[in-house]
Amino acid sequence: MSADIALEVKNLKKYFQLSKDTTLKAVDDISFNIYKGETLGLVGESGCGKTTCGRTIIGLYDKTDGHVVFNGIDMNKRKLRKDVQMIFQDPYAALNPRMTVADIVAEGIDIHKLAKTKAERTEKIHKYLSLVGLNKEHASRFVHEFSGGQRQRIGIARTLAVEPKFIVLDEPISALDVSIQAQIVNLLVKLQKEIGLTYLFIAHDLSMVKHISDRIAVMYLGTVVEITTSENLYSTPYHPYTQALLSAIPIPDPDVEYEREKSRIKLTGEITSPINPPPGCRFASRCNKATPSCFTQTPVLKEVSPNHLVACIGV
Amino acid sequence: MDKLLEVKNLNVSYQTYAGEVQSVRGISFDVQKGEAIAIVGESGCGKSVTAKSILRLIKKPGVIKDGSEILYNNENILQFNKKRLSSYRGGEAAIIFQDALASLNPTMTVGKQIVENLVLHNNLSKPQAAEEAVRILEMVGIPNATKRAKQYPHEFSGGMRQRVMIAIAFACKPQLLIADEPTTALDVTIQAQIMDLIKDLQTQLNTAVILITHDLGVVANLAKRVIVMYSGKIVESGNCRDIFYSPKHPYTKALLNAMPRLDLQNKQQLSSIDGSPPDLIAPPIGCAFSPRCDYCMQICLEQSPEYTEFEGAHQAACWLYHKDVPSNIFTEFTEGEIKCQQI
Repeated sequence: MSADIALEVKNLKKYFQLSKDTTLKAVDDISFNIYKGETLGLVGESGCGKTTCGRTIIGLYDKTDGHVVFNGIDMNKRKLRKDVQMIFQDPYAALNPRMTVADIVAEGIDIHKLAKTKAERTEKIHKYLSLVGLNKEHASRFVHEFSGGQRQRIGIARTLAVEPKFIVLDEPISALDVSIQAQIVNLLVKLQKEIGLTYLFIAHDLSMVKHISDRIAVMYLGTVVEITTSENLYSTPYHPYTQALLSAIPIPDPDVEYEREKSRIKLTGEITSPINPPPGCRFASRCNKATPSCFTQTPVLKEVSPNHLVACIGV
Repeated sequence: MDKLLEVKNLNVSYQTYAGEVQSVRGISFDVQKGEAIAIVGESGCGKSVTAKSILRLIKKPGVIKDGSEILYNNENILQFNKKRLSSYRGGEAAIIFQDALASLNPTMTVGKQIVENLVLHNNLSKPQAAEEAVRILEMVGIPNATKRAKQYPHEFSGGMRQRVMIAIAFACKPQLLIADEPTTALDVTIQAQIMDLIKDLQTQLNTAVILITHDLGVVANLAKRVIVMYSGKIVESGNCRDIFYSPKHPYTKALLNAMPRLDLQNKQQLSSIDGSPPDLIAPPIGCAFSPRCDYCMQICLEQSPEYTEFEGAHQAACWLYHKDVPSNIFTEFTEGEIKCQQI
């Protein structure tokens, strides 16, 4: 497998210095690999650092420490900017309202000089619009004329226009309605199959993440607590946080919900602040299986079964 | 059972430069005392406008049209005078909004915001009310309530703010609580806590709850009855189990199938609903869902469907149940998979 690693993240850290003595450790020592053509899901509650992680990986934030290596090249290099792209959560904020759809899609093409003639540029714009299910007539319109789902499609077309190999999807569907979410997810899966893209899919909606991902990493307060294939994660979650998270997902089925209600793991308290976090396991204060040593000993990721890494001293 | 609320032929429109947006187009339903119901639908289907109408919170350019009736204990709230309205709002009927930070007053301490409500509706003196406020904050699960009551909303986390909203809403023990997407802005683990809290208070105080949401998962846990709305109309209503296990309207069925489920195979194609909801400035003459419906017939484009009644107070507005519908189309629809049952 190691030959097929597309992206390697090693001991990545991103700290924000808030004042002289306060540091917000948004991403604290994270390591994982993403293989070619796969989707790695990154889940966690808001404020756990998943978006910061995604942005630091593609270089939108300067990392504090650690390495991000893409196809053997360090991510700091500018020439990688074309290969690595991002799709944002809010399709209303991510697109420039003063530009036509054609110009939005072609911005990357122009910057990277991917089209030699004007005709080629137009041809490319039309190609990518049709790839995401929009048509030629849309090219001359402005963004405000489109619905949320269509805007997200424009965002995807813009991303694809520079022929990237790896895309960070930062909550690409959470601003959309259920019926539209399914359209976009189907489109993303289709594109991955056709073009052979590698995805890092960041989301808090676990059922959608399960659907689209090959492997899933669960984050809690800046650290990865569990990483494994999506089947394993749902069938045999080891980390108490993953277990609680899974049992909290409401299922659209009254009978199943009624049964689950009895066995639901209820987390008390809320996510602690990542500003000067306490020593030991960061989940310990909310954990129902915490022992005194959890508050002193910092757990590290260890392999409990093949391809299944967990950071918990109780496992 | 006693009817607490009866909505009859509610029509709400917004006057805009582009024309009149008909957000809610003639809906009727009722809520029994102590009952929990849910209104489900996509954004723009008119579910929040319905909720606001019940508390008469529709502001210009929105208007509740003539001929609409909202009866609360057999009194028409649309004819309430100012005094009666202020005792109704916040006292007998309360609302929780999605965005707690925007709904709380940032310049008042949390305790004071509860006291305000208690003094107005329960005739308590200020010191009494302050004591009561602390008790209510404890009831909704806020630790260190005495200290927290003196803090401002920005000092609370998202989940705690939503608890404060619930505390204000339940302060005067309302008969009716409207929860407009109460957990949409929250994380799953916090969402579970808040839904439990609403459920507990509902049973403890026997309050009727109208839950407005787009998340069918949340509905399954709380509501006894479900109303499905699409572009300003009720397309289907019935008991929770009937809606989930034998949906009659193609939209309800499609919505259930579009939800990703933990039991589906990885990267399997989700059944999506193509297209998007219609423009309500010029709503379609026939069924509003017809352009997106897989079973659309000629009649669907021409005439709006009537409600068909099914067993157990279950009704749906769809032409498929008309006696003249060719049996092959009908069987194709009824035998189509509902993935919900396969768990």
